[in-house]
Amino acid sequence: MSGASPLELGDGPPRLEAGRCGDCGGVTFPLRVRCPACGGDLERVLLPPRGTLWTWTTQGFEPPAPPYLPDADEFAEFAVGYVEFDGLLRVEGRLTEPEPERLRIGMPMEVVALERGDHLTFAFAPVDD
Amino acid sequence: MTERPEIAIVGAGIHPFGRHEGVSGLAMGVHAVRAALADAGVAWPDVQFAYGGSEDAGNADTMVSDLGPTGLPFVNVKNGCATGGSSLVSAVRALESGAYDVGLVVGFDKHPRGAFQNDPADWSLPAWYGEDGLMVTTQFFGAKLQRYMHDHDIPELALAQVAEKAFRNGSITPHAWRRTPMSTGEILGSKVLAHPLTQYMLCSPGEGAAALVVCRREYVERLPDARPVWLRSVAFRTRRPGSFEVFSPSLPLEIAPSPSVDAAREAFERAGAAPADVDVAQVQDTESGAELIHLAECGLCEHGEQAELYATGATAIGGRLPVNTDGGCLANGEPVGASGLRQVYEVVTQLRGEAGERQVPGGPRLGFTHVYGAPGVSACAVLSR
Repeated sequence: MSGASPLELGDGPPRLEAGRCGDCGGVTFPLRVRCPACGGDLERVLLPPRGTLWTWTTQGFEPPAPPYLPDADEFAEFAVGYVEFDGLLRVEGRLTEPEPERLRIGMPMEVVALERGDHLTFAFAPVDD
Repeated sequence: MTERPEIAIVGAGIHPFGRHEGVSGLAMGVHAVRAALADAGVAWPDVQFAYGGSEDAGNADTMVSDLGPTGLPFVNVKNGCATGGSSLVSAVRALESGAYDVGLVVGFDKHPRGAFQNDPADWSLPAWYGEDGLMVTTQFFGAKLQRYMHDHDIPELALAQVAEKAFRNGSITPHAWRRTPMSTGEILGSKVLAHPLTQYMLCSPGEGAAALVVCRREYVERLPDARPVWLRSVAFRTRRPGSFEVFSPSLPLEIAPSPSVDAAREAFERAGAAPADVDVAQVQDTESGAELIHLAECGLCEHGEQAELYATGATAIGGRLPVNTDGGCLANGEPVGASGLRQVYEVVTQLRGEAGERQVPGGPRLGFTHVYGAPGVSACAVLSR
């Protein structure tokens, strides 16, 4: 992936890197220099591994490239959504489940690493329990 | 309502929307300007200033090569989906300042086919956001709508009813692009592009132009054949922290009201009018769900009331609150620079009673326009006969 990856791969489950504002306490993703709400300094924090699906939609056509980096294989429709991390914020990302029938608002989701060609990015996967 | 409006629209012109091979965006703009000037009975050399712009089709001020280089101050505006709205607001404020008596506003555009292509760096976003396939406007429409329908109990049928109305209205609008009526079944059955939105619930980038001649009250009296429509107010706002906008990698838990809420409220307050007074409205319908959401955000209905409004035909041309009587963006496409002024053109035409087959019956007196776009901008206007 070109540019800094927001994915933290340690010993435990994959986590996303976010920023917490020293002034207003707000949390933002991805980590950046200034708080988008108040302009304060941000410190690096890792989000919890799990959240719940706040909303979602599907990508029914191949996104314009660039900026999209196409898969090596033929384009496969995918879903995207916002996952809410309890008490913190909602993060947008690809979902591993593309079928609308198997997606519903409120379902538990976890952060996973997603291989796209020769690089790793993040996605959200439904949690079975 | 404010007793004595000071600013009038005395001329309105349009170039047909759609696809026009071999015609530049600027040429369409010039066509719209000439139509607006003729409509007003104002000669180009009498125009004291102009604001205009496009997103993808060139610099508005170069139109003087065709219209005549009279030396007027001509300001190029480039402000995304709010280009037309920003031009209109700027022109109205210039007139209100007393610096000028009469001016021109023009918007035009000509986009390539297919979805808009955006560079993450232009939006202060990391490269991975675009590479992963998240830099697509339709995802924002689908995701905001999915949550809205969940929160306010809106059925998918209502989305199809919005599009069905748009194509029905487009079929009787001479300058519209999509002029073939379509059933709700065909609309629901078309390809899902951004669940729950299908192909015919989403508008396409397109081509077209619209222009307005605006002036102060005293100047109207100098135009013997004027059919003025009064601009009771214009308002233009941008987003506040936490509003749900396109290309947002994250959102706070507390979602702030959309800039549409702020712009509409300000427009009604400045006009001394209430949303309930509106006889004909134009709201941004980039996709079906946007029309439903914007009606409520602008105060024209309650959140959750939309299903009933569309099931009962209240927003049709003969209904209680006719909305997007020219077919809106869904039937006209969205040439970004022209779109907001097309809305004003339509309301002017309706308030004058000159809309022909699509005329709202009963002599509408008060009109409203709303444009909304990336990355969280909205402009609204209240107009009256």
